[in-house]
Amino acid sequence: MTSTAAASVVGQPVSRVDGPLKVAGGATYAAEFDPGPGLCHGAIVTSTVASGRIASIDTAAAEAAPGVVAVLTHRNAPVLPYHEHKGLTDPPEGERIHLLQDDRVRHQGQPVALAVAETLEEAVYAASLVRVSYRPESAVTAFSDAVAHAVPPGPRYRDRGLEGDGGRGDADAALGAAPVRIEAEYVMPRLNHNPIEPHGTVARWSEGELTLWDKTQWVDNVRAEMAAVFGLPPDRVRVVSPFVGGAFGSGLRPWANVTLAAMASRHVDRPVKVVLTRRQMFGITGYRPRSTHRVALGADRDGQLLAIRHEGVSETSTYETYAEEQLGSSEYLYACRDVATRYRVAPRNVQTPNDMRGPGKVTGVHALECAMDELAAALDMDPVELRLRNDTIVDQSTGVPFSSRSLRECYQAAGERFGWSRRNPRPGAMRDERGRLVGYGCASATWPAMRQAAEARARLLPDGSAVVSSSSSDMGPGTYTSMTQVAAETLGLPLERVRFELGDTRMPTAPVHGGSWTMASLGSAVQAACAEARRRALAEIGRADADLAAVLRQIGEPVEATVRTEPGDELRRYSAHSFGAVFAEVAVDPDLCTVRVPRLVGAYGVGRVVNPKTARSQITGGMVMGMGMALTERTEVDPRDARPVNSSLADYLVPVNADVGELDAVFVDEEDPHVNPLGVKGLGEIGTVGVAAAICNAVYHATGRRVRELPVTVERVLGAAVR
Amino acid sequence: MPAQTLTATLHVNGREHALPDLDPRTTLLDALRESLGLTGTKKGCGLGHCGACTVLADGRRILSCMALAALYEGREITTIEGLAPEGGAARPHPLQQAFVERDAFQCGYCTPGQIMSAAGLIDEGRTGSPEEIREFMSGNLCRCGAYANIVAAVADVARTPLVPGAREPEQGRS
Amino acid sequence: MRPFTLERPHDIATAVAFGAADDDQTDYIAGGTDMMQLLTDDIRRPGRLVSLGDGVLDDRIEAAPDGALRLGAAARMSDVADHPAVREGFPLIAEALLSSASAQVRNMATVGGNLLQRTRCAYFRDPGVHGCNKRAPGTGCAARDGVNRMLAVLGGSEHCIATHASDFAVPLVALDAVVRLSGPGGERTIPVEELHRLPGDSPHVETVLVPGELITAIEVPASRAARTSHYLKVRDRESFEFALVSAAVALDTDGGRIREARVAMGGVGPKPWRMRGVERALAGAACDPAVLRAAAARAADGTAPRPGNAFKPELMRRTVLRALRVVGGQP
Repeated sequence: MTSTAAASVVGQPVSRVDGPLKVAGGATYAAEFDPGPGLCHGAIVTSTVASGRIASIDTAAAEAAPGVVAVLTHRNAPVLPYHEHKGLTDPPEGERIHLLQDDRVRHQGQPVALAVAETLEEAVYAASLVRVSYRPESAVTAFSDAVAHAVPPGPRYRDRGLEGDGGRGDADAALGAAPVRIEAEYVMPRLNHNPIEPHGTVARWSEGELTLWDKTQWVDNVRAEMAAVFGLPPDRVRVVSPFVGGAFGSGLRPWANVTLAAMASRHVDRPVKVVLTRRQMFGITGYRPRSTHRVALGADRDGQLLAIRHEGVSETSTYETYAEEQLGSSEYLYACRDVATRYRVAPRNVQTPNDMRGPGKVTGVHALECAMDELAAALDMDPVELRLRNDTIVDQSTGVPFSSRSLRECYQAAGERFGWSRRNPRPGAMRDERGRLVGYGCASATWPAMRQAAEARARLLPDGSAVVSSSSSDMGPGTYTSMTQVAAETLGLPLERVRFELGDTRMPTAPVHGGSWTMASLGSAVQAACAEARRRALAEIGRADADLAAVLRQIGEPVEATVRTEPGDELRRYSAHSFGAVFAEVAVDPDLCTVRVPRLVGAYGVGRVVNPKTARSQITGGMVMGMGMALTERTEVDPRDARPVNSSLADYLVPVNADVGELDAVFVDEEDPHVNPLGVKGLGEIGTVGVAAAICNAVYHATGRRVRELPVTVERVLGAAVR
Repeated sequence: MPAQTLTATLHVNGREHALPDLDPRTTLLDALRESLGLTGTKKGCGLGHCGACTVLADGRRILSCMALAALYEGREITTIEGLAPEGGAARPHPLQQAFVERDAFQCGYCTPGQIMSAAGLIDEGRTGSPEEIREFMSGNLCRCGAYANIVAAVADVARTPLVPGAREPEQGRS
Repeated sequence: MRPFTLERPHDIATAVAFGAADDDQTDYIAGGTDMMQLLTDDIRRPGRLVSLGDGVLDDRIEAAPDGALRLGAAARMSDVADHPAVREGFPLIAEALLSSASAQVRNMATVGGNLLQRTRCAYFRDPGVHGCNKRAPGTGCAARDGVNRMLAVLGGSEHCIATHASDFAVPLVALDAVVRLSGPGGERTIPVEELHRLPGDSPHVETVLVPGELITAIEVPASRAARTSHYLKVRDRESFEFALVSAAVALDTDGGRIREARVAMGGVGPKPWRMRGVERALAGAACDPAVLRAAAARAADGTAPRPGNAFKPELMRRTVLRALRVVGGQP
């Protein structure tokens, strides 16, 4: 990297500062830490029933196997306090499973034993020797059965602002009176995050203190949960996580590997490593829940929306209630006087879902934006025009103005780059040079701009460099890089002289790395801490305009500032959201009905962009995940016993390189003076929102067929073939 | 102790590593990561489904999770740590540079496998077009979705002509 | 993974003797790309693992003057796909190989091992599933009324509807290729089409190989038809995925008439499925759109789909038709 002028470093396409380490294989991920001598390996045994009791568990063969140090089950595992702990990322309703504390099985894939051995091979083999029999109990295994008993999210969700029912006006009456109406049901399967790095933990106890090297988006919450589980003061737990091999939400809660590694390590008095297998990732970590949505839209003949009714239900577990805001976007995305939303959760004998990139919005916007396309077709109106006709500068769900909103500009910018004007409005009318049916589709995207309290420390060193730190995470968006940019610009130091550190509970407290709020939250704290440290350094010599590096050399000792920032009331005075427009081109083989996506083009209004290079990667990466949701991804859960069937990366089809064509993401110029000091609205999630809808709408345009259940597979398109 | 232990010597990145108590079950991947401390090679699935564990064996790209370490005795194994001369101390491999410049990764976990796979690919000569690179890099999953930038990085190093009319990435290179 | 003793014989006789000596305690490993999955997933638990990598099997790729092909069983998939004699004389074989797995897997996997890979049925691959007659005889078949989109519509039984996942085997069956075997009873040669058994009431017995018997070579007879041929694979993902359905098609035409047609399909049955009805409809007929369409319509004859794969018969017809059109120059 060439030296970058400090003053202009925010907004520059800087290459990742951690890039050279990552490409050299030198970045150390959780399971790669060496905790010192005596490391043992733990292998988890998981349940094979959806509900019941452990009738017998025979560990004799496992205990006699070579290299085995211990085999933990509910019969011999230490009784743990499991004090109450509800982090922001825990469902407020219900209680987590207390691992190996009783004989109860609540889902397929639940840990029922842990074999600890000298080597990984020995641990895995010992685990395979544990014999478990169950007394099965009645279980809700099929989603359809769960839906029949769906319930509102519950009072504690209401306290968080997530009601089961919402809206304004009288949507039913308005629908009845609307001259043009459409109504349709959309089905979205369960999706698993499937980061390439599996979840894993290395645990070590030393003089009553627990150190965990873990894969997490939130070291402070891992500390808090483990302190609660083990009945420790939080300062006796340290969690380290400098690199996260992808997470997309899967790192928001500590999974069984953390507790089991810590439990086993204390039990055998040696460091223990527990890494989930890929199959266990499908049974132990969370996932985006399966959902069914019904959307009814009413409009006048000019395309003005008169009514929106949006109902959704998604799966949850029986021991916790996971609910997400799936329908909120239908209340604010467009101008519409009469809106009704109704959201329910369907308890099922499965493990608890959790947030996955764009939680709630990815699901709800998909249904709404497919329905908007159906409405456009019913109106015989251009789908872009329909959206623009219902644009609004006021969030009609609250009556508060948007802090900024560039949806119209996004449609214009992306539509132009995409070449939307070349679209023949008639379905099935366009072909490519290979004779494939070509379809163009579009959809809106939205994600709330949120902000949390955050704390950062800036430490300025006599050599003219700075170390800035906070306990945040970088699961891939480029936190290391963007925070370095903010710090360098604020300090007035060259980028190369600033190092940003994260991922350790010993650092000042960052909020959970998620929600697209890291830059808004932590960026503001980094900016404030650096400004304060700079002010202190300059105050020391009584000059406000001097070169900081020279000042630091003159002072001759470190200057430090730790600053905590938090949001004011700006998010009550304004409704703050990122908006975007995404366009998809599909090519559908008219005979074989395979769908490919040669192009995705998106434009986004996300406020200020700190690093266009990593920001673009974030968005295009989100598009690839949206493409997977549209065409290939689903976790098949056997309706007879609730066991995930395709629990491998050979069977759960994450897009591969050959699936991805041209990806184009641009950011429209947008200044948001209201949202936070940096003027950033966040872009981690929005890239996935709307992509599947744009693709489904393009498939309709190509074939004349609506595929309302994801993914859009060959058999669902079959029958639409033209020749 | 397992039923049988072997004494094996692995040749990795130009060095010999004696494994005096090798469990026959140990994969090349686990031997690299757990015994030799070479954690640059990543484990994503352990079943050959993701490509994160790609290394070169006698110059050809293979999946180290599908290889028993004992059966790779005598083969010259190259991992990400050994791709550039002297471990990249002096200068990184052109692929490593191109991956940074093109922002061809986010979380970085699949990256060593992608780079080793790309090294094998270039040697195979399957880099005639972006489409060919895409197809022959499809054994390496990237959940962050950095595929387009991966293709660009590989094309840079392989000097693959871009398709006429294809758009150059927006941002400049820093 | 159960502890095993790793044996590294240097000749076929020794390798065969290991497998012939005991009952289901010995497994063989060559490229390892399937065996390692079976071991890791605890589906195979051998006490002895015999490596075929130390010169037991040859990896030569040889074309006879008449164009016939001989592949040593240890030849790597990537090497066979890249061999000029294969690329020019047997495009459908090269295409089938290149559509298989990934470049890394093809660099490891041997062609002999490819034929002996086990089914991808998810219920077979997950030892946490109780019902799998193939993995645990007598336990039932969870797939039959389960998630079976990828599974068989031809040749299945009430005990098993697994598919054979090899792409490479499909053109071999179309071309009447044979495998040379070496076993405790000596050497023999059998058609690839007869290598795999239908599941019947014993789906755990997948091939006609006796304990200790090894594939030593694959021989593909010279074929004019193979020079104009195509392997078409339909799948959800553009690459690195097993087939929903696939078709290997070779046509020998003479002045607009089809002299000989060879058609087989993958992803539809417990073994690669020769489409003799399609072939009969083509042989001697004019290579015109109506003939191709009528012939392709026969592709799904005798299929017995389950609700989860009810689309396959129609997709089979369409896949064969497309492949015929490509080969017949009538896109």
